Amino acid sequence: MTATSAASAAYIVAALLFILSLAGLSKHETAKTGNAYGMAGMVIALAATIGLAVDHGLSGTGAVLMAVAVVIGAAIGLWRAAKVEMTGMPELIAILHSFVGLAAVLVGWNGYLSVEADLENQTEVSADLLGIHSGEVAIGVFIGAVTFTGSIVAFLKLSARIKSNPLVLPGKNWLNLGALAAFAALTVVFVIEPNLPVLAVLTVLALALGWHLVASIGGGDMPVVVSMLNSYSGWAAAASGFLLGNDLLIITGALVGSSGAYLSYIMCKAMNRSFISVIAGGFGNEGSAASSDVDYGEHTEISAEETAELLRDAKSVVITPGYGMAVAQAQGAVADLTRKLTERGVEVRFGIHPVAGRLPGHMNVLLAEAKVPYDVVLEMDEINDDLAATSVVLVIGANDTVNPAAADDPTSPIAGMPVLRVWEAERVVVFKRSMNTGYAGVQNPLFFRDNSRMLFGDARERVEDILRAL
Amino acid sequence: MIGATLHIGVPRETRRRETRVAATPTTVTQLVGLGYDVVVEAGAGEASSFTDEAYTGAGARIGTADEAWQADVVLRVNAPSVEEIGRLRDGATLIGLISPAFNPELVEALAARPITVLAMDAVPRISRAQSLDVLSSMANIAGYRAVVEAAHVFGRFFTGQVTAAGKVPPAKVLVAGAGVAGLAAIGAASSLGAVVRATDVRPEVAEQVRSLGGEYVAVPAGEQEVSADGYAREMGEDFNRRAAEMYAEQATDVDIIITTALIPGRPAPRLITEEMVASMRSGSVIVDMAAAQGGNVAGSVADEIVVTPNGVSIIGYTDLPARLPAQASQLYGTNLVNLLKLLTPGKDGTLVLDMDDVVQRTITVVHAGEKTWPPPPVQVSAAPAAAPVAPKQPAPPPEPPKPGRRLALVGLGAALLFVLAGFSPSELVQHLTVFALAVVVGFYVISGVHHALHTPLMSVTNAISGIIVVGALLQIGHDDALVTALAFVAILVASINVFGGFAVTRRMLGMFTRGPSTGSAAR
Repeated sequence: MTATSAASAAYIVAALLFILSLAGLSKHETAKTGNAYGMAGMVIALAATIGLAVDHGLSGTGAVLMAVAVVIGAAIGLWRAAKVEMTGMPELIAILHSFVGLAAVLVGWNGYLSVEADLENQTEVSADLLGIHSGEVAIGVFIGAVTFTGSIVAFLKLSARIKSNPLVLPGKNWLNLGALAAFAALTVVFVIEPNLPVLAVLTVLALALGWHLVASIGGGDMPVVVSMLNSYSGWAAAASGFLLGNDLLIITGALVGSSGAYLSYIMCKAMNRSFISVIAGGFGNEGSAASSDVDYGEHTEISAEETAELLRDAKSVVITPGYGMAVAQAQGAVADLTRKLTERGVEVRFGIHPVAGRLPGHMNVLLAEAKVPYDVVLEMDEINDDLAATSVVLVIGANDTVNPAAADDPTSPIAGMPVLRVWEAERVVVFKRSMNTGYAGVQNPLFFRDNSRMLFGDARERVEDILRAL
Repeated sequence: MIGATLHIGVPRETRRRETRVAATPTTVTQLVGLGYDVVVEAGAGEASSFTDEAYTGAGARIGTADEAWQADVVLRVNAPSVEEIGRLRDGATLIGLISPAFNPELVEALAARPITVLAMDAVPRISRAQSLDVLSSMANIAGYRAVVEAAHVFGRFFTGQVTAAGKVPPAKVLVAGAGVAGLAAIGAASSLGAVVRATDVRPEVAEQVRSLGGEYVAVPAGEQEVSADGYAREMGEDFNRRAAEMYAEQATDVDIIITTALIPGRPAPRLITEEMVASMRSGSVIVDMAAAQGGNVAGSVADEIVVTPNGVSIIGYTDLPARLPAQASQLYGTNLVNLLKLLTPGKDGTLVLDMDDVVQRTITVVHAGEKTWPPPPVQVSAAPAAAPVAPKQPAPPPEPPKPGRRLALVGLGAALLFVLAGFSPSELVQHLTVFALAVVVGFYVISGVHHALHTPLMSVTNAISGIIVVGALLQIGHDDALVTALAFVAILVASINVFGGFAVTRRMLGMFTRGPSTGSAAR
């Protein structure tokens, strides 16, 4: 058994472990094991690769550099992972995606520098495969660069460092298509005659495309964007795998790419959006011109004490959180409220809209952090039919996901989007900072319904007020 | 209709036995807040226990009948008599319970004057208009009062008791029709302690009946009806026969029957026949809330209590809301205030009637002397939006992908892959095979992912895609310093990914806990 065959064997094992890891992550019971599988796979893969590198005659300096890079990276990664607030999870994941993209770009460049730019000395690629290698370099760099800048824009938008409004350039779809066409042309040129300027132009083009793709998507659609970038980062890894002739990279990248794409597809379905238009970027900008001059009537306010009164008399309570709960960091208070009500014999459940928050599953993570038992946290389809029999629904920082206009106003920009039918409950208490519209910019007739009450103010303070009153 | 502050006039009600008034001191304050001057006829609120002083205190002026009738906007409970129509000034707006569908002559008489008439009992049943819905607010009162009237005549307790003087069985109440009035009656009767049963042709109200403590009695199997406009409709013959059997059976068992069945624009359906009345125990009470429209009960007489030979009292009061005058006036007055809020967008005492608004259009019977009744129909889905049997599709389902198009796409993809692989060197084909299979595996492996695990799944895939570090690891130590430098950076960022991703996933998963055993009771 040579070092190369040993490494290949290790790669197969690692690839299988990664598959097991993803499979494990799809159920609560097996999720932790799944994560462990993933880590095991990664350890095996890294060990095999280092072994392979040593076998290829890794120099002392190389080994030191390798160790230093890994240690620094690990330190940063572990530090961020330990420190991050659960509400900041979307940003963290977005920025991590950008790292994969960046690494893919660098690996691609290195592929060019060590092969095409160094034709006399290179032994990695046989002459008849050179064209394919160049093509792989171009594709790898392209996907990596798109992922890199796309993720950075997503990160900036999520962390509110830049405005989350969609950027609308004239003819943006043509810009995207033009960039793709230019990429194809540059790739052909690069395959025929690999040279540095072409690769550089290609990289810049891809960086610009990635930036534009995500910049033209509104902040409200970020869950889909993050999941889409996750998919892109996988494809970037797969492209690098082709470039390096490494099956492990191909398998892993394809796994991540297709699972991310499927996840985005689930999200899109939940929002009643076309998958294609998400991938193409910039689908979040319809509806910004929603008419707000319709007279919906008057909303009725309620105090925290009155809400407590309502809750005390309630038989069943459903809480539907949204991004506002994350912003107000109200998950702890909400969890306390849940416990208190449960002790009183009130049935408390949570209804989570698939796109609540800024990340798929965002609300679940926050509620889990606050130790809300996950078996009372239900998804939209599980809870929707029970809402009519619910005494009180607390809408905490959610807006578009509970908008009845989506169900009964065909002219609404969010028409047809599945929503939590909270208005069917006996009473709805909406926690809100003001009467402003949600991310879709659409007014919410829910607030003006007869069974709706508005509880204005910071969600956490209000929930704490209710706790005191209880 | 444009001009400076308008006067609102509230004349005294003249119909016999009417006790309500169209404005209370509370609503007067709100009307004044909308910018109107309010004139109340002296003694208008007497029957509702609102004194003239209370009105004055709320900001109204007490005036004569003529002053009230001569106002720009006249608020009434009942429709005016012919003589009263003549007292309105030209260009005035009259708001009240007109029942245009039942009173065509009245509508003609009103249209003969250059006035505008709004019928409060013609408010469409859409959510936005709920705050104006007088029929609902009056029906609520009537339902409550029906129980009180029944209790008054009924010679026993409603609630069951075990006392030193013996055991008292609870009264059994059957409520026919679970509309607003029916539901109010169910609630009132069950809080008095009676055993309450209710029936309705709309099966979707069963839940509402139960929520108020009643037991829903369904008409035995047959086609079920769900209404599109929130009101009941006349039913098929077969259904009626089965319903009659059910009523006959209940009549022998219950002590009190309260019927609320009304079909808009038609005589009330006959639910309880003479035989059923005859089959009831002596001392039983029937309240026929539909007596004004012909009655649900054989032998009921409007505004009277009839005692049958077998000792069953049939109450046919048609003025049930008026028997709770202060309450009814307050709710009616608030409905009027809500309407005026809608009509006074500027809150400046200027009335603006927007005939493009469906609510305002629907209630307008006469517009500036022109008859505008009947209005175009408003198709609404009222409460039963939840019912899965709702006849109205909320939105057309998204067009399913055409199988032909999908096949073509798959075919195209396969052909492309074939060409690509066919012209590739064997090494690339091998990679493509691995790639294609991995894509499929990735798709299937997460297809059943639990919604709560989306974030951890994403962070773990993110960590895994850090595998790209493998590529960089093999490039470091290359003779070319630039390659090594780039590889160094790549390793560094990819390592952040690997370690950060796994660590954060671990942290998140550590938080997911299953609840204590009580938690699982949820489902």
